Amino acid sequence: MFDYEQYLRKSKMPLIWCAGCGDGIVMKAMLRAIHKLQIAKDDICMVSGIGCSSRLPGYLDFNTLHTTHGRAITFATGIKMVKPELHVIVITGDGDATAIGGNHFIHAARRNIDLTVILFNNHIYGMTGGQVSPTTPFTKHASTAPYGNIENPFDISGLAAAAGASFVARATAYNAIQLEKLIQKAIEKKGFSVVEAMTPCPTTYGRRNREGTGVDMLLYQKDNSVPVAKANKMDAEELQGKIVTGVLVDREKAECRQEYQNLLDHFSKEGEVDS
Amino acid sequence: MKTTSKVKKPRIEINKEWCKGCAICVEFCPQSVLEMRDGIVHVRDLDACTACQLCEIRCPDFAIHVIDEDK
Repeated sequence: MFDYEQYLRKSKMPLIWCAGCGDGIVMKAMLRAIHKLQIAKDDICMVSGIGCSSRLPGYLDFNTLHTTHGRAITFATGIKMVKPELHVIVITGDGDATAIGGNHFIHAARRNIDLTVILFNNHIYGMTGGQVSPTTPFTKHASTAPYGNIENPFDISGLAAAAGASFVARATAYNAIQLEKLIQKAIEKKGFSVVEAMTPCPTTYGRRNREGTGVDMLLYQKDNSVPVAKANKMDAEELQGKIVTGVLVDREKAECRQEYQNLLDHFSKEGEVDS
Repeated sequence: MKTTSKVKKPRIEINKEWCKGCAICVEFCPQSVLEMRDGIVHVRDLDACTACQLCEIRCPDFAIHVIDEDK
């Protein structure tokens, strides 16, 4: 039987998140994936930015770092460069990673540095009061879009893929088993890996858009998820409003930290650099 | 620990301090084992529990734990 509490800082519980928030479901899927991979707690460094999801590492007994808004990936890049033996996992949200941290996100993908980014996409800035985020769907309501969002949203997975990530996958909080398997693959992958975890925010997004409770929002995910193999046979109109799930990108590329190591090894042989 | 029963029933532990009453576990239990009462989850029918753990997997608050000695 899997005991989640071995990973928790129980003095920090209960979780700050609202009733029906999906973040805890993603958190548990991640813990099961880490447990299956038998990674020691001290071999993980979990880094987060600012936002609801970024509160997550504070509850977990790993090496954890809660950083500034949008900069989780930059701190994580630094950690990976000096401590390549660590599994560096970034916990971030749609606003944190693709608005204020958007440039860091695409450049980490371009570099293809060996980080695992678990990106909680709830379509809104939950913690700060429900402002529109780069993934708020067109026409949907937010506190800063009272007449509906007039902007088009980012496709985060598409962005990561286009920017050069080695591994990109998407899953829903509803399908927590699939999420666990994809997170496991992402941690195993050497290179920049992104798992876009679709998670319901009933309090600031669901309420404004009349999407009901956390239960209702999970049922929506259930009814509107399409596996990637099936989605490939559908046209854009049929895919409107659907959530395409599964492994979207899995490719081998030169990895930044390994290339740096190769340089160090090369020059240390020549006696020019003490590594 | 009981050793007399031939078939061990699963046990369901609920952390009432951590449960926020979102009812996700109640909705996604395929056997209707759980119910909401006074804003938090309670076990309604333990005999129906198959220890599938779908409630535990989807509980966002680490508040429900299904223990099946056979698994």
